[in-house]
Amino acid sequence: MIYGRRLIGAAVTALTMLAAPVATAETPPDTLIQAWAIDDVISLDPAEIFEFTASEIAGNAYEGLIGYDPKDVSKIFGKVAENWTIAPDGMSISFKIREGRKFASGNEITAEDVVFSLTRAVKLDKSPAFILTQFGLNADNVDQMVVQTGPYSLDFKMDKAYAPTLVLYCLTATVGFVVDKKVVMEHESNGDFGYEWLKTNYAGSGPFTIREWRANEAVVMERNDNYSGDAPPMARVIYRHIPEGATQRLLLEQGDIDIARNLGAEEMTALASNTDLVIDTGAKGSIYYLGLNQKNEFLSKPEVRQAMKYLVDYQTIADTIMKGKVTVHQAFLPNGFLGALNDTPFSLDVAKAKELLAAAGVPDGFTVTMDTRNTPEITGIAQAIQQTMAEAGITMELIPGDGQQTLTKYRARNHDIYIGRWGPDYQDPHTNADTFARNPDNSDDAASKPLAWRNSWEIPEMTLKADAAVLEADADKRAEMYIELQEEHQQTSPFVIMFQEIEVLGRRKNVDGYILGPSFNDNSFALVTK
Amino acid sequence: MSITDTEGGRGSALFPFLWKTVKLLATVALTFLGLLIVTFLIGRVVPVDPVLAVVGDRASKSVYDKAFIELGLDRPLYEQFWLYLTKILTGDLGTSMLTKRDIVDDIARFFPATVELATVGILIGTLIGVPVGVWAAVRKGKLVDQVVRVLGLVGYSAPIFWLGLLGLLVFYARLQWVGGPGRIDIGFEYSITQNTGLLLIDSAMQGEWAAFRNIFGHIILPASLLGYYSMAYISRMTRSFMLNELEQEYIVTARVKGVPEWRIIWVHALRNAAVPLVTVVALSYANLLEGSVLTETVFAWPGLGQYLTNSLQNADMNAVLGCTLVIGAIFVGLNLISDLLYGLLDPRVRRRA
Amino acid sequence: MTVASRREWLLSDRPESRRQARLGQIYRTWLSFKTNWLAMIGLGIVLLLCVVAVFADVIAPYDPVIGGDLRTERFLPPFTGDHLLGTDDLARDIFSRIVHGARLTLMVVALVAVIATPIGLLVGTTSGYFGGWVDTVLMRVTDIFLAFPRLILALAFVAALGPGIENAIIAIAITSWPPYARLARAETLTIRDSDYINAARLQGASSARILWGHITPLCLSSVIIRVTLDMAGIILTAAGLGFLGLGAQPPQPEWGAMIASGRRFIIDFWWVATVPGIAIFVVSLGFNLLGDGLRDVLDPKAHGNTDTAKARP
Repeated sequence: MIYGRRLIGAAVTALTMLAAPVATAETPPDTLIQAWAIDDVISLDPAEIFEFTASEIAGNAYEGLIGYDPKDVSKIFGKVAENWTIAPDGMSISFKIREGRKFASGNEITAEDVVFSLTRAVKLDKSPAFILTQFGLNADNVDQMVVQTGPYSLDFKMDKAYAPTLVLYCLTATVGFVVDKKVVMEHESNGDFGYEWLKTNYAGSGPFTIREWRANEAVVMERNDNYSGDAPPMARVIYRHIPEGATQRLLLEQGDIDIARNLGAEEMTALASNTDLVIDTGAKGSIYYLGLNQKNEFLSKPEVRQAMKYLVDYQTIADTIMKGKVTVHQAFLPNGFLGALNDTPFSLDVAKAKELLAAAGVPDGFTVTMDTRNTPEITGIAQAIQQTMAEAGITMELIPGDGQQTLTKYRARNHDIYIGRWGPDYQDPHTNADTFARNPDNSDDAASKPLAWRNSWEIPEMTLKADAAVLEADADKRAEMYIELQEEHQQTSPFVIMFQEIEVLGRRKNVDGYILGPSFNDNSFALVTK
Repeated sequence: MSITDTEGGRGSALFPFLWKTVKLLATVALTFLGLLIVTFLIGRVVPVDPVLAVVGDRASKSVYDKAFIELGLDRPLYEQFWLYLTKILTGDLGTSMLTKRDIVDDIARFFPATVELATVGILIGTLIGVPVGVWAAVRKGKLVDQVVRVLGLVGYSAPIFWLGLLGLLVFYARLQWVGGPGRIDIGFEYSITQNTGLLLIDSAMQGEWAAFRNIFGHIILPASLLGYYSMAYISRMTRSFMLNELEQEYIVTARVKGVPEWRIIWVHALRNAAVPLVTVVALSYANLLEGSVLTETVFAWPGLGQYLTNSLQNADMNAVLGCTLVIGAIFVGLNLISDLLYGLLDPRVRRRA
Repeated sequence: MTVASRREWLLSDRPESRRQARLGQIYRTWLSFKTNWLAMIGLGIVLLLCVVAVFADVIAPYDPVIGGDLRTERFLPPFTGDHLLGTDDLARDIFSRIVHGARLTLMVVALVAVIATPIGLLVGTTSGYFGGWVDTVLMRVTDIFLAFPRLILALAFVAALGPGIENAIIAIAITSWPPYARLARAETLTIRDSDYINAARLQGASSARILWGHITPLCLSSVIIRVTLDMAGIILTAAGLGFLGLGAQPPQPEWGAMIASGRRFIIDFWWVATVPGIAIFVVSLGFNLLGDGLRDVLDPKAHGNTDTAKARP
């Protein structure tokens, strides 16, 4: 009996001694610490980066030829490039590179590096390569199409007279970032253009360098002393992988991190009353939509498609479960793009939906399945839609799956309805028009699989219209063409476009100067102060 | 048996023991082969396009086809299995489709965190479980015994991830007694170099005591949770083994001879009960691997469990199978060790040779 | 017969029919069982689970899947209005979800038991009875499955088959039968050479008949105890799978999945994740207590030897 008590006493004393005051660490004043789910980073090579998180990292570590004002994307200017001239036939653009600028390694930035960066991206042919190859470039001809014409000048040739805005926006994408040729080639092996090395290393010229990447753990970035612009106030920026919003919130409240990037609607509500914290938001280009497979006998009826557009309670979802994370948006070009359409003609109207269903010959509704990725947001939205659909007699069964499974099914056109989120690849309207409004080949073994193809939507005329918009040189005319396209698309398409994503950032009050741009590689912390 | 028999018997006792070990190892090897077959087959049943995981949704057809051939998906099944087998035996578990690194490297990186957690957990479980079990055996049938039994039952019945969540809520969010999710506060992270990956040891060896306290604050809650689970089991087993021992004749003899009670319990009985207890602890340790999968998810602990769940949620089948294989191998290994230990430690079994 | 005389009949020392002997045995077991108050609590919980599962539609006041008004009825705390346990993030009544979740839990437990037990019995008794290479092969296969921790193997299977409650049941069943096979084999070995079996063999009974008719019933009691004790583990494994998103899928009210989806709100709306955990805990505890009680009554020799120690977790 006594031994028992003594034992317990000893144990408790020992534990309390050791566990007593856990020092609350505040973040060092010259280091910015962000908590973000960075498990989608798979590579640091700009020729391969296609994920949001890696894009942001690269956006702060590298520079591209062209940049734009995040507040107004129509204001385009040159970053690495000083100016450019478009050839009279519109089939090539000549760039003049700014002189006297350096990479982080100390090497000078020349046209040779730019040409190297662009040609290697095409030759390596990784996932984002299509952004450049769509201009008629491929591994065989790219050395003749992208040529250096002087130490600080180069020509970019294409196979057609594409709209200059399109080309320039494409060059702002991550795949167009400039890498240090000398450093990369020092580490090349077997003619891989330094790919194996650059996957996990850095050779850029941006405000920060990438010092270290520990997959699923952290990314450490340091101030680039050779940066040609103003030196960033922060000496270090660290991304910490914390997958849970609730955990990020706790860390933010305690002051263990400066910025939390994955706050959900409830976390934001809870933090709203905290005077030490500020919530910043910025519209992003991702769109939430439903894809209705036209191979399904019910979904192919035009009245049914229309009816379903009236059976989603857009505003309520945006005000409750996705509060602060989305805005209602119903056209395929997100707000912030050239030619965006912000009309929202649809809202929940069960009576009208029932009328339309009756007109289609299915007054009592029907049963249909929806493939749902099991992330909390998508699942939440899906369940809410399930409820409103049921009010008109449409029984929607949710088929869950992880990202890869649902995607595999979608690409094989084996779904009824797919609920998804589409992010733009580059900051030009064609990125979404290409996928929502073009379907050049609807056969089962088509070479390209845009979203319109995945839902078996035959649209020969719309495809031609989208193609024409790509070649329109005048920016205003081009914008109008897209608006017209979207107005038609809204009414006739098998896409129920619902929301546009808002990026949310929670920061401690003393952290200032973070810029949230329209695209992830625009998010910049070069101006952050604490 | 004459004396000469026992003397010569020592030499010949070794050979059967070795032979037994060899047979055991052969069994293990066969089991391992079976493990491989099972994981390979599981990997082929998957309704996910593995090429997609590598190239992404928007790759062109040529990129897709290239990757298809690279992954060997155009070859017949038995060829694929042979490839799989040879790769595994050379230590190549394939590349993670997510991190693009070798899975072996990934596992090696995340392994120490799980080992540290499981070890501290089993220490807590043993240091508390054994004395508690002894106490319950000594006080059999009384209130103490019942309480211990109920506490143990609670340990078997509560879902570990739920207790973890509640623990975080109460001890971290509300009371702030312990550190939060993760192994260490970000402020301390760069003050120590990770030589072994076992942060408690690294920080102690480098004399960084502030960091050590911080690390301890973070590990104490998840380790206590795992410790509680193993304690439930260990205390129960200790109790039964002790009860067994306390009924033996030599105990009665010792009491008659006037040996003090505490000596009887702690020195004589426990030492004999310790033999099967060691195997119980080894098995518990193996079970903590299973518990860690769920605990690490709750506590954002960057160990093998979280790696496995991450890979699962991203359908990175190569990583899932690689992890499963490694955990299975460790399980087999620990079982093997406990079998051998039991044979080694129990003098009755040894002489039976 | 009156109550008193029925009791006498059951407890009689000289039963006149096999039926009377069997019923008497059961009755005696029951009397012994009744004295263990912890075991009775366990039985009570399990019975409650069954009743709630069967009458879920009647007991639950709201639909477990369809929520209320998203603007006004989300995150209501327990005891608001007639929401006994509050509502969750999609304005669904938690009490109704728990009640319907009981149905899912019972289904999982029952199906796993129904699938795994016969397989285990078959493999174990066959292996023990025939011995030789049949034994070796079957035991090798059993060992392979035992080589994995149960949750991990179930994870791998569900990852391959895809998430969903049917696949979770299959995965758990596949990983559950090996211990039963081991147990059945051990039991078979002890009675294989008994006079009773030899007599049956001499009478010309076929192997199948011996296995099914004689050996299996003798193994049954220890296997049943083991299965009951295992049920808590099965429930926890199913909840674990649900927690990881691999079991029943939303909007199904599976308890583990409810904890997972309620986890994000645990700080401000703790009941969404806590209540399902309590449910899992109570049911698990019930099965554990019941199993312990059954073991005390049916198999008093299974205490504290290392073989059971190894077979336990």
